[in-house]
Amino acid sequence: MTQLLDIRNLCIDFPMRNLVLNAVKNFDLQVNAGEIIGLVGESGAGKSTVGNAITGLLGKPGRISSGEVYFQGENIRDYTDEQMRKLRGRRIGTIFQDPQSSLNPLMTVGKQLVETIQECLGLKAKDAEARAIELLNDVGIPDPQSRLNSYPHQFSGGMRQRVVIALALAGDPELIIADEPTTALDVSIQSQILKLIRRICDERGLGVIMVTHDIGVVSEIADRVAVMFRGELVEVGDVNQVLRLPQHEYTQNLIVAVPSPDKRLHRFTCVDLIEGEAAQSKIDVQSHWLGKTNAGVEASVGPAIQVKNMSLAFRLKNSVFKSQRTFVQAVDNVSFDIQQGETFGLVGESGSGKSTVAKIIAGLHFADTGDLSIYGQKIGPKHNDLARRHSRTFLQVVFQDPYSSMNSRMNIRDIVAEPMRFHRLTENESQTRQIVDDLLDHVGLGKTAARRYPHEFSGGQRQRIAIARALASRPRILICDEPTSALDVSTQAQILNLLRDLQDELGLTMLFISHDLPVVRQMCDRIAVMRHGKICEIASNEDLFESPQHAYSQHLLNLMPNLGAA
Amino acid sequence: MRYLFGRLMQVGLVMIIVSFVSFSMFNFVGDPLSSLLPEDATAADADRMREALGLNDTVMTQYGRFMTNAVQGNFGISYRLKQPVTELIASRLPATLELVAVSAVIAITFGVTAGVFCGIRPKSWLSKTILSSSLAGVSLPTFVIGIALIYIFAVTLQWLPSSGRGGTVDLGGWKTSLLTVDGWRSILLPAITLSLFQTTMILRLVRAEMLEVMRADFIKFARARGLTDRAINFGHALRNTLVPVTTVIGMNIGGLIAFSVITETVFQWPGTGLMFIQAVGFVDIPVMAAYLLFVAGLFVLISLTVDLLYFLIDPRIRLS
Repeated sequence: MTQLLDIRNLCIDFPMRNLVLNAVKNFDLQVNAGEIIGLVGESGAGKSTVGNAITGLLGKPGRISSGEVYFQGENIRDYTDEQMRKLRGRRIGTIFQDPQSSLNPLMTVGKQLVETIQECLGLKAKDAEARAIELLNDVGIPDPQSRLNSYPHQFSGGMRQRVVIALALAGDPELIIADEPTTALDVSIQSQILKLIRRICDERGLGVIMVTHDIGVVSEIADRVAVMFRGELVEVGDVNQVLRLPQHEYTQNLIVAVPSPDKRLHRFTCVDLIEGEAAQSKIDVQSHWLGKTNAGVEASVGPAIQVKNMSLAFRLKNSVFKSQRTFVQAVDNVSFDIQQGETFGLVGESGSGKSTVAKIIAGLHFADTGDLSIYGQKIGPKHNDLARRHSRTFLQVVFQDPYSSMNSRMNIRDIVAEPMRFHRLTENESQTRQIVDDLLDHVGLGKTAARRYPHEFSGGQRQRIAIARALASRPRILICDEPTSALDVSTQAQILNLLRDLQDELGLTMLFISHDLPVVRQMCDRIAVMRHGKICEIASNEDLFESPQHAYSQHLLNLMPNLGAA
Repeated sequence: MRYLFGRLMQVGLVMIIVSFVSFSMFNFVGDPLSSLLPEDATAADADRMREALGLNDTVMTQYGRFMTNAVQGNFGISYRLKQPVTELIASRLPATLELVAVSAVIAITFGVTAGVFCGIRPKSWLSKTILSSSLAGVSLPTFVIGIALIYIFAVTLQWLPSSGRGGTVDLGGWKTSLLTVDGWRSILLPAITLSLFQTTMILRLVRAEMLEVMRADFIKFARARGLTDRAINFGHALRNTLVPVTTVIGMNIGGLIAFSVITETVFQWPGTGLMFIQAVGFVDIPVMAAYLLFVAGLFVLISLTVDLLYFLIDPRIRLS
């Protein structure tokens, strides 16, 4: 095998106003032709920075402070800007994470391809077009000739990522840097894209650096794996070897934190190495204000949430004429019960309607038909319905994106106290403050967080704040809509542990929505699989994962990247 | 097509509302008879005049008559000049439209070029200078700029005339000043004055949009494919700034016509704006009503054009 890339002692700095951030320290890596290297690490570990440094696309003020990067024997640190530009596309191709935003929305796919091919290979327009068709065909786009004239928005997410790959291949590069190429995609599409990258790598003898936070992806596709932690390379080696017998403590922690689809554990083994959990002074919830039920919430028997024949259609195209309107059936005749104290999982790919169901229960959408009862109380389809308003004190939601679900102009105390103040749950302000402090302590943030603002916290910390806010109105039911899909694995493990603990302490009922089957496997008691707005199967955790009945459930389980098989 | 139809319905609705407002001016802005009749007219003369003008009919009948005439291009006769309003506007229109066109060209050329430059090289000293001097354009009122320009170029340096249109050439009813050197010398100062505010607006908007787009992933991906800076800046980035920029330019051309009232007054430019100011001074209601309707029509037309331009620029709108 010929060596393509040889990185020696690479250090990358980000000089800030009064300190220098060492983003990457003494990084060594060799990439051979025809092999895929998985570069793994959590957010902030510096893995994307390495990728950007190789192509000379480091964001300002980042710079390579020392070390060498040899590409096919030449030290590219000696290259001028113009030489670097010619290196990009022609010899090193790049694939970015989000196919949604990687393509120019105002240009046809054909134009973008032809432009790149002409620039990189100097072909005539006609030949470039022929090559563009060839490339699209190669990455598996049906009917490439006519698709040349389509705009990016006319492709689905997976198809768009294929177009991005075609563009990365347009200049016939020897090395591909793929920066989280499947993170924005559904599992079924993810596995197709991974297979495509593997095939292209084998057929063309390319070297591929696959930057990812997902160990499942690495185990599926990579030949070798390099693990980064806080800017340093901690472990490199053959995939099977590293995943089976990790040598470095961090790698061990990282692998333990990955939810296993095989067996259900009560808690994740916690990974303290990454986000050191603040010294926690947990409160005794049972005797605390938080442990008492709100006045007016009577203990009742029977299911906590009952959904019967619920349907909701969204209008895609509006018109004065009824016949001209088009609808998409987001939720189609869905029925299920959630027992008190149970964790009920809702899984499916994006667009399957799982989040819509959660929003209907939370009162953010109204169902067209069907009944919803919470604790036996029927909830009417109006905003000011009395039962609905009442339900808001004991039903709370934790959303997916911790960055956009908080008002950035409010400090943490106000954010967490808002539900209490709104529902007038406390007797006075000093009691409210005391409860906020206790809550922040309890979710592992510490009361010092109260005076700070959301932007000062990491994603995992923000999700803790969101959980504290959800708990502030003393809910009996918690709806978690993909609560960890924006987080790193180790942070995910911590948040899931926190949710588990809280459920045990408070006896919460949970509706847990996720596209991530291993997470659902760890968290839920019963699971409903959704597709195209319909529920395919409702089964207990063990039944679903050990003997799925519905063909679609089996399909989903097959696609799941499995570490154990690696 | 369907979209166009919907838009035309809206246009009709807007025009009906505006026509009603301008019609109401006849009824609520004083009694037109007082300015029409000679001072020594008797009550009987007044009644006869009222009857002749149809002022005794119901409001709806009068409105219907106003609309019927307006659709045929008849807006009555100016109280002051005793000339049909339509003719009056038609004779003044070329002056205003030429002024607006020249200043729009100035504003778009300078605004877009300087904006793109400042967006691509935000750190260079030139873009910092452009940006800080553009503050003056945003904050100084039009008449101050006009008077300052007159003082410098017409009074002190005596390079350019301070007022009027200069030599005009008649092109089949359209009197143009764009075909003589003298006409160009005359149009320069008012056009620059009128365009200054718009130039700075467009400049700042294009710059902000460019900075925004340059951060987008598809620009980074274009870089990663080894495209040249020129292809990235003009082929990819600039086009993506066009949707908001077109909106603002469209609105601003309407604004140019509205602002031209002040500029035309300062430079004694014989356009519709000056005509309007003179009409206000004399309570010449038919002229005011017609001008109102005319400006509203222009605005609606421009915003319709802008919406249609979106279709050309952004393929995503074509589908939805």
